[in-house]
Parts: sequence; C-alpha cells; structure tokens
Amino acid sequence: MKHTIKELEDIASQIRRDIVRMVHGCQSGHPGASLGCADFFTALYFEVLNHKTDFTMEGAGEDLFFLSNGHISPVWYSTLAHAGYFDKSELATFRKLDSRLQGHPTTHEHLPGIRIASGSLGQGLSVAIGAALAKKLNGDKSLIFALLGDGELQEGQNWEAAMFAPFNKVDHLIASVDYNGQQIDGPTSKVLALDDLQAKFEAFGWHVINTDGNDMKAIVEGLHYAKTLTGKGKPILNLMSTQMGAGVDYMMGTHKWHGTAPNDEQLAAALAQLPETLGDY
Amino acid sequence: MKKYTYTEKKDTRSGFGAGLHEAGKKNENVVALCADLVGSLKMDAFIKDFPERFTQVGIAEANMIGIAAGMTIGGKIPFTGTFANFSTGRVYDQIRQSVAYSNKNVKICASHAGLTLGEDGATHQILEDIGLMKMLPGMVVINPCDYNQTKAATMAIAEYEGPVYLRFGRPVIPVFTDPDQKFEIGKAWMVNEGTDVTIIATGHMVWKAIEAGEKLAELGIDAEIINIHTIKPLDDEAILKSVKKTGCVVTCEEHNKFGGLGESVARLLTTELPTPQEFVATNDTFGESGTPDQLMSKYGLDAVNIVEAVQKVIGRKK
Ligand SMILES: Cc1ncc(C[n+]2csc(CCOP(=O)(O)OP(=O)(O)O)c2C)c(N)n1
Repeated sequence: MKHTIKELEDIASQIRRDIVRMVHGCQSGHPGASLGCADFFTALYFEVLNHKTDFTMEGAGEDLFFLSNGHISPVWYSTLAHAGYFDKSELATFRKLDSRLQGHPTTHEHLPGIRIASGSLGQGLSVAIGAALAKKLNGDKSLIFALLGDGELQEGQNWEAAMFAPFNKVDHLIASVDYNGQQIDGPTSKVLALDDLQAKFEAFGWHVINTDGNDMKAIVEGLHYAKTLTGKGKPILNLMSTQMGAGVDYMMGTHKWHGTAPNDEQLAAALAQLPETLGDY
Repeated sequence: MKKYTYTEKKDTRSGFGAGLHEAGKKNENVVALCADLVGSLKMDAFIKDFPERFTQVGIAEANMIGIAAGMTIGGKIPFTGTFANFSTGRVYDQIRQSVAYSNKNVKICASHAGLTLGEDGATHQILEDIGLMKMLPGMVVINPCDYNQTKAATMAIAEYEGPVYLRFGRPVIPVFTDPDQKFEIGKAWMVNEGTDVTIIATGHMVWKAIEAGEKLAELGIDAEIINIHTIKPLDDEAILKSVKKTGCVVTCEEHNKFGGLGESVARLLTTELPTPQEFVATNDTFGESGTPDQLMSKYGLDAVNIVEAVQKVIGRKK
C-alpha cells in the first residue's frame, strides 16, 4: 500500500469538501453520486491506478480510467487536482464561463486527465473497450478502468458493449458500477428496475465481484483483487454498492440530491461534517 | 415600433407542460413518455391526472422513440420528452426509420435546447437539432418563442396528424404573446411591421429581436420583425412578401448557422428573390458551461448582435 487507510480516508474527506463547495459555487451540478464515489476515486487514483500526472492522451504504459457517468465530474476534477494533474485553485472555476472544468468532462478544453467527453450517458463502456483493444494491439499490458452509473445501465449501448467484451476476451478491463440505487426521477427500482445485475453480467460472460464502495479498506482490497482477475479471458465487473450523498447526512439515501446544489446554510452544514485535511482550494 | 411589454417571466418548457396537460384533457388518445427527466420536462401535471397514460421508460431514449412509434399503431398520440440532444442526435435513426419514414404520429418534445441550457455545457447543448430534424422528409419543426406560444403549439400539434419536432428551452424569459392565441402550424406571426429590414427570429431570439427593434427605432431604422415559429414547413409567402418590401433580411436563431432557420430562409430567397442576408446564429461551434446570459453574449446572440447585423445588411442593399 502506498497510503494507510486513514490517509486515504483523509484524502476522500477533502475531495468531499471540494465537491460540495464546487457545486455550491456555481449553484449547479451533481453532488449526490459525486459524494458517493469519493472513496472509489481516492482508492483508484491514490492506490490502484498505475498512472503519470504529466498527462499524455495516449497514456502508453499507463492504466487508463474512463468516466461514463460524466455528470459526477466534481469528484473526478477534485481527485485529479489532488493527484497532481492541475492546480487545485482551478476547482473554483467549475461550470463557469471559459473554464477547463466543464459541467461534464471534455477534451475540448484540454484538461489533463480527460481522454474523452462524457455526459450523454451510456457511451463510456464502449470507449473503454476500444481503448483496451488498442492497448492489446500495441502490446501494452496496462489496464483499463471504467465507472458507470447504475441508472445509466438502462441505456442499451451498455448491453451491446457487455456482449462484445467477453466474446472478444477483453480481459484487461475492470468496469465498476456505482450501485447507489438512485437516478433522477427516483429510486432505480421504481423507474426501471435493474434486478439481478450480477446474474445479468455473468450471463453475458463477465467475472462479477461485489464491493462496498463507501468502505475504504473494502474498496481498495476489492480493486486489488479485481486486478488479480485480469488476463484470464474475462472482463471484470465490480458491482460497487454506494450511498448517494455519502458523507453528508442530509444528502444520503435519496435521489433528491442527484443534481441539486446546496444553499449557504446547507453548505455550512455539509462542511461541518467533512474535515478539511489537505486545505481547501 | 409596436410596444411589447411583459408582466412575468416563465420557461417555455413549462408552457409545454401546461399544453400537454390541456391536450391530455381534450383527447384521451394523448399519451406521454419520458426518459428519466419528468421534472425537467414539466410533465408532472399530466402524470398526476393521467397516470395510466404515462410511460416512464428509464434512461433509454432509443427505446422510447421505438415504443412511441409502436403506440401510434394502436391509435395513440405519443408525446416523448427528454432534452433536445437526447431527442434528436441520440436517436436519429430510430426517428428516421420508425417515425419519419414510417409516417407515425409521434410528437418529439425537446427541452433544454441550445446554449441557454447553461452550466451543463456542450455535451448537453445541442445547436444542430433544427438542421437534423428539418432534413427528415415529412417532419414538422417548431420552435416557439415564449410560454404562451409553447403551450398553444403543444395543443396544436396534438390535433395535427404526423411527426412533429417541438423544440423549447430551460431559462425563464419574458411572456409577451397572447395567452389565448390560436397556434397555426406553418403560419408566421407578424411581430412588427416595418420598411427598412426584415428580421426573422425563432425561439428565445424573438424577444431579443424585439429589443433590437426598439434600439433600431432610436437609430431611425424601421424594422419589420417576423416570428417564424414553424421552421418547417416554412411560411414562404410571409417571408417573400416582407423581403420584397424591405430588400434585406437578418435571421436570428439559437442554433448553428449551418443547417438552421437562416439556411432555410436563404434557400427560399436564392431561388425566389435573391436578397442580402445576415445570420445571427452560432458559428460552427460547440457551446460550453456558463450562465445562459453569459453564453448568449459570448456566442453573439444578443440584441446588440442583431442591431449590428441589421446595420451591416442595410449597407449591402443596392
Ligand atoms: C443519454 C442521456 N439521457 C439522459 C441524461 C440526463 N441524466 C443525467 S444523469 C441521469 C441519471 C443517471 O442515473 P445514474 O446513472 O444512476 O446516476 P446517479 O443518479 O447515481 O448519479 C440522467 C437521466 C443524460 N445525461 N444522458
């Protein structure tokens, strides 16, 4: 381990502070699943991913990460800043005119760390598979990671990709699902239930593991375990249970905070629950 | 310049929600579908009163268009609702084959069109949808200018038989058209009669054209302002009549100048009555994050840009 679990939890706490401050600063954006995925992003970038912060688009010899549910950009931007891709002061520009930190991630403004635009849901798994195929052709043994929303899985393109990857033995791909059970119009179970996702992906030929995405130790161990499963002929799916809004009590367990910004009072209440560990931007 | 005033500002998407509710009350064959954006599309009133006539399809727009097309076969009049980007580009072939080519009575209702979607940024800000949709044979394309006109348009398309694309937006803007207006598909609305230039505007740009008209009047320029809410079929007659009088035209739209209303007007004029024209539109670019006002200003879609275009085009008159 490069960091202790306590150190990783401290990083995640700062990322959570950044998320609520960024969304508050522009009075728009998506705090709910950003908070829910803060532990995953911390584990990925500070412990699991083999990556360089002097960014190149190709990322030869590096593990690559793709965010399909692009609306949770705040957690990614904060993680990239703390990992050293760009200065954290830039987080203050989130969603503002002339910023590199667009509402949804983009390559158009050349923000280091981003390799494809996302925001229109359901496209990221295909892109991750394409990047994985290119690595194979290049003889590059590095891994491809992706994150998808659970509601996002209602998009049919995911299932085209889900069918393709095992058939084509894309076995250096670890896709995680942010399994928070919420989407915009309500709980996923009420909008269009995903039912037994594990059985569905297994039926398509994936190796499925289950992790607790809000337990730092569990998520680090789960991702390390997922790595040991690569190279065995199957793509890996990490069904990661999370709480929307994790870390901010009044945002937890409801779809209401999917895409709503806190007001001044709510911001203060959120920050009181999230220790400032690395210094606010 | 005729005086236009307003007492309130509302979003055009709320006009859609109100119109859908009314259409639902009038005709029990009206059904609605949504892809996980019920609140954004203002469908709540319809869903509350007609829960069994509402279908939540989840985040699956292609499936939604297909299901809507199928429902028409049972005599239903489906209104699909999602953002403009996911209503068009996302599902273009589903619309092309199952709706347009098959001539199905689907109403594709698209909110958050254009730059004024704001902070979500370019992935969500479609500036190409008018072009995409007007190119489909048989597709009616409508982009109303305020709450009242959007409500009236929504009710009118329920009574029209055939595929329709209805485009509206997110921001609150002045409500300045008649609440009891009769909406006639394909019929231009004369906002202001004038003699020096024809300003043709659609959607959110109509109020900006009125603001520009007032500024132009102060400069001694008498602008005729026409609201083209139906981009297809275009009201050729109204446009030709006006341009014959004024001799020059400025088109205004919250859309790429490639493929938009302006090009439809240019096509008409080149064949019937070649006329100097200027375009107030985005210039082959994607948008970005920002507030709606900041974006309209940065991308040249404000009243001042219309005034400048008018001055330029008048200079080009022979
Ligand atoms: C193609 C497409 N359709 C609709 C949307 C609007 N939208 C943004 S986020 C979202 C819900 C996503 O649900 P989920 O993947 O579960 O993410 P979470 O709610 O957990 O953040 C929707 C419908 C979109 N961005 N893209």
